[in-house]
Amino acid sequence: MSTVRIALEGEIDWDGFRAAARRLIAQGVPPEEASWSTGTEADLFDTPSVDAWAGSAEATTTVPAAFVDLCERVRLHRDPSRFALMYRLLWRLQHEPALRHDPLDADRLRAQAMAKAVGRDLHKMRAFVRFRPVHDGLPEPLHVAWFEPEHHIVEANAPFFMRRFTHMRWAILTPRRSVRWDGSSLTFGPGAARSDAPSSDAGEALWLTYYRHIFNPARLKLDQMRKEMPRRYWRNLPEAELISELTAHALPRTGRMVDAPATVPKRRIALLAMEEPVSRSAASKPLPNDPQKALAALRMATDRCRECPIGEHATQSVFGEGPVTARLMVVGEQPGDKEDLQGRPFVGPAGHLFDKALEDLGWDRTQLYVTNAVKHFKYELRGQRRIHKTPTQREAEACLHWLESEIEQVKPQALIALGATATRSLIGHAVPVLKARGTWLTGQHSLPVLVTVHPSALLRGDPAQRDEAYREWLADLSQAARYMAGAGRG
Amino acid sequence: MNIQGKLAILADAAKYDASCASSGTERRDSLGGRGLGSTEGMGICHSYAPDGRCISLLKILLTNFCQYDCLYCVNRVTSNVPRARFSVDEVVQLTLDFYRRNCIEGLFLSSGIIQSPDYTMEQVVEVARVLREEHDFRGYIHLKTIPDAAPELLARAGRYADRLSINIELPTETGLATLAPEKDAPAIKRSMARLRVHIDDAKEAAKGDEAVVSMPKSRPKRAKAERFAPAGQSTQMIVGADAADDRAILATSAQLYGSYRLRRVYYSAFSPIPDAASSLPLKPPPLVREHRLYQADWLMRFYGFGHEEIVASDDGLLRLDVDPKLAWALAHRERFPVDLNRAPRELLLRVPGLGAKAVERVLAARRVRRLRSDDLKRLSVPLGKALPFLLLPDHKPRVIDDAQVAAALKPAPVQVQAALFA
Repeated sequence: MSTVRIALEGEIDWDGFRAAARRLIAQGVPPEEASWSTGTEADLFDTPSVDAWAGSAEATTTVPAAFVDLCERVRLHRDPSRFALMYRLLWRLQHEPALRHDPLDADRLRAQAMAKAVGRDLHKMRAFVRFRPVHDGLPEPLHVAWFEPEHHIVEANAPFFMRRFTHMRWAILTPRRSVRWDGSSLTFGPGAARSDAPSSDAGEALWLTYYRHIFNPARLKLDQMRKEMPRRYWRNLPEAELISELTAHALPRTGRMVDAPATVPKRRIALLAMEEPVSRSAASKPLPNDPQKALAALRMATDRCRECPIGEHATQSVFGEGPVTARLMVVGEQPGDKEDLQGRPFVGPAGHLFDKALEDLGWDRTQLYVTNAVKHFKYELRGQRRIHKTPTQREAEACLHWLESEIEQVKPQALIALGATATRSLIGHAVPVLKARGTWLTGQHSLPVLVTVHPSALLRGDPAQRDEAYREWLADLSQAARYMAGAGRG
Repeated sequence: MNIQGKLAILADAAKYDASCASSGTERRDSLGGRGLGSTEGMGICHSYAPDGRCISLLKILLTNFCQYDCLYCVNRVTSNVPRARFSVDEVVQLTLDFYRRNCIEGLFLSSGIIQSPDYTMEQVVEVARVLREEHDFRGYIHLKTIPDAAPELLARAGRYADRLSINIELPTETGLATLAPEKDAPAIKRSMARLRVHIDDAKEAAKGDEAVVSMPKSRPKRAKAERFAPAGQSTQMIVGADAADDRAILATSAQLYGSYRLRRVYYSAFSPIPDAASSLPLKPPPLVREHRLYQADWLMRFYGFGHEEIVASDDGLLRLDVDPKLAWALAHRERFPVDLNRAPRELLLRVPGLGAKAVERVLAARRVRRLRSDDLKRLSVPLGKALPFLLLPDHKPRVIDDAQVAAALKPAPVQVQAALFA
């Protein structure tokens, strides 16, 4: 068994690896017979590089796209056996079809672990590179950083810094490679020494001040810190010098804070004209005489209302909307998700259907007073969704006085009750809506109440009969046309 | 006062805010612009403080003068801490300088309430405006919005910021009324709702953008949809400053996630502060309680747990000795063991020690092989924790009992803060 030796040009020679691997596969060279070297050790081998082979590069090998992505990472790892591992995986992918479906294969897991280590190193370089400005005669300073990566990641990471600091001249020096951006192109060079990079400056002192003060001494968690910022990075992070001092003083500082007696405030910051805080029991206050103002006060009071438990879970109350001069008042059940978020009645899907009905009837919504029997949204959480729940009779009863106050202020000539809850609130007892729909009943205030279904019932209904149901609903609503004809009482 | 002195005071004042995330926003870079900065979706922690927390953003207050008197807050009006105020330009210059040094991903700006909510919000928004418009800054910006600031100010904030947040601070309305008299729970919820509506609208409009681009024979292109806080909104709740138990806290979180689509709820264990108010007769809660809440939050967001099923005990508190998933499993022994090779995803997600990623890989591997305990080890699943709840071809668990599970677990590295105050 002879060994084929492949000398790659440098540590991260991706094209070289792909070309060689393709040829080796085409030639049927098993992984045990291939040995890989990177530029640095190439001299050790005296055998011809793979380029001298007569094998056809045309022979295509197909691999999953994810495998190529994986290898692009793995090749950056410092482990000298990485190219052999990659080739072995490639070989096995050709010969063991099951491999691509087995996420627990040892070679795969090892490659993944290497890719992960490289990913972490790439990330830590993005995090811990620290630029310091150097004034080299040009108007804008050159920003220079010293960094010690674990793997061969400088080339791969340079575009990130280029995208982030496009209009800054910068250079990153590392022991094995260096890279420089002059505003228009990236140049890679040999490694450098730490002393080639500038030392700390005044601007960095500000950063240290920040680091010192953003630390909360009452929450010392050194293990957590070391897990994310391993010690090997500390010597190149200026703030790391503060760690031992901050740590040492943390316990005494916390102890002093806890032991210290409460102090008497020495001064007060002037309270500037703040609005009078809204009383949490605004409901008990007498209402203003002007109906417009009275409605505004009621709106505010419903927002604070906790007479039943649904108020605390809702965002806000959804109060009625429309001119105080409206002749017709439309009463729905309760706000839904959209209404709760926007604080306005009938703006969700049922509201859209309602708007469409108004349009078809030729009515103007701005001349109607639209409200709900219950002012807060009652829902049940299902995962991240809020599912509408019908208010209980008790909740509707607790809310009734708000609706009555609205009726009192607006003094409509007639009302439309949409659905069972609204009907019950207005009539005073349960009414079978499907039987009573399209008829006028007399409400608690001796006002005529037109009963019909709620638009959300149409949305929930059988799609095949939706058009028909909608026409029936329009017919119900149209009974109130004469109250709309005169529009406002103005 | 010089900038160094102000920075010291205003960083100190900001350190109790738990959030420092800089992830989840749109991808941007400074190619083709005049300024600097980029975001690639995943945030970067540029440093860590000895409190274990990531430093990703320059997190400061514009000013720590505040006319509110929230008892848990170091900046409350009755506190004697030294006060300072940055100018808009000072914050801008600090942000740009730290960013050029690659110390930060961007800015997280908050402020004490001065003059009025609107005035304060305007100043905060102005910093973001100058960064974005005058310096073409493309890094991350997180603004703390002031509840009850005018809707137009919120709208402007969303145009410049990647993330907006409003801290709810306490899980119940009564807690807020007691400890933060000037804060108004309904106003906070209203603001969150407003933000959600803006964020939803912007997302919806952005979808429209794509649709137009992908059409063949493009019609005249619509103006690009206005962006609005692409990284969404978040909030913070203080734990242990009032008597609310974990059940109440998680119920509030679930409600916030469901109602306002928050990206994160941050839990911040009430921390001793210098110059504490006399009416705060509290020992700080152990930090591990905060940790358990984060774990429970995780269960709600990624593991399909309902908020009401996580806390089992009568006292309404999460167990401190074991994590919430293990606690749930111990309280529901009748559901275990589950067959690793057969159980559906939802059930596997409830097995202690099996993370969401591990479950995905188990499901993938199951299609080609029958999994044994060795395979689990390769997935770095903690066997001591998971095996008592799993049925495998080479493993049959005995009756699960607390002591046995506890013995199989390494003692959890729990940093209990309480020892200090015992």
